Amino acid sequence: MSRLLVLLLLVAPFSWSAIDAYEFRSSADEARFQQLTAELRCPKCQNQNIADSDSPIAKDLRREVYRMVDAGAPDTEVIDFMVTRYGDFVLYRPKVNSQTWFLWYGPYLLLGLGALIILFIVYTRKANRRAKPGGDNLALTSDERARLDELLKKDTKA
Amino acid sequence: MRKLLLFIPLALFIGMGFFLWKGLYLDPREIPSALVDRPMPAFELPSLTEPERKLSAADLKGEVALVNVWATWCPTCKEEHSFLNQLAQQGITIYGINYKDEPVKATAWLQRYLNPYREVILDQEGRLGLDLGVYGAPETYVIDAQGTIRYRHVGAVDAKVWKSLEAIMQQVQGAGA
Repeated sequence: MSRLLVLLLLVAPFSWSAIDAYEFRSSADEARFQQLTAELRCPKCQNQNIADSDSPIAKDLRREVYRMVDAGAPDTEVIDFMVTRYGDFVLYRPKVNSQTWFLWYGPYLLLGLGALIILFIVYTRKANRRAKPGGDNLALTSDERARLDELLKKDTKA
Repeated sequence: MRKLLLFIPLALFIGMGFFLWKGLYLDPREIPSALVDRPMPAFELPSLTEPERKLSAADLKGEVALVNVWATWCPTCKEEHSFLNQLAQQGITIYGINYKDEPVKATAWLQRYLNPYREVILDQEGRLGLDLGVYGAPETYVIDAQGTIRYRHVGAVDAKVWKSLEAIMQQVQGAGA
């Protein structure tokens, strides 16, 4: 029983992944196919790339990518083919343009902003400390000093 | 001034909350078509009703019309079919693209549920569907008299959807005249 379970567990991953039998002219072509299908998003099942998806449309798109890769089309041509049909939406690695620059550079901007805020805080703290040197704010007035002495005296008596 | 700074996190939270709340009501399946304002892709495919006759993009020109992508394997297509029949009765021109389907089944379907389409393009391999960027039937396109795609709707056409499609068709009609 447990052996059967182990066997099932071993086999299961293979039965889940999409299987197409494509013959490539070279391993470079195959690598290109893998790379492209991993970067193109399936329009139907939107959180999968077309390499992983089992939907019929993903299968069609894999076939198209294969056809173009096999014909020696450059990557840009394959990407353009998809974008003219399905829009920028299909790119898991979006192009840099006026609509997407914030997506690409926003994190750096926010990082810069964070650094500026930290610098500002550090600087103002330092400035505060410098403005009151020697712990002036700890100094007691003569009244306070007298009271403190009194209290201390009481303490030693007790 | 300092006190105002304390409200920044609250403002950020409210801003984020607003966008996330808006996001709840967005349909991620609605992808704008890459083909809007572009001509219908070229094709030469047989008619479902007369298989020996070839149809091409030129056959769709002439007036503002709907192009409906359907198949017998698609349950939502069945759902919208009676509404399409109604539209056809009202005199709306609808072209059908029978997408990745079996002609025998498709013919039987049209006999059984009536045929709202002026022409049915038989796209058995889904080539035209691929060129159109179809990713799930049913899809309905509005095309103008020159055969340029003006709008794409994904999902069933019902009375509510038709209201917006009708407005778009009238607008296109007005712009073309």
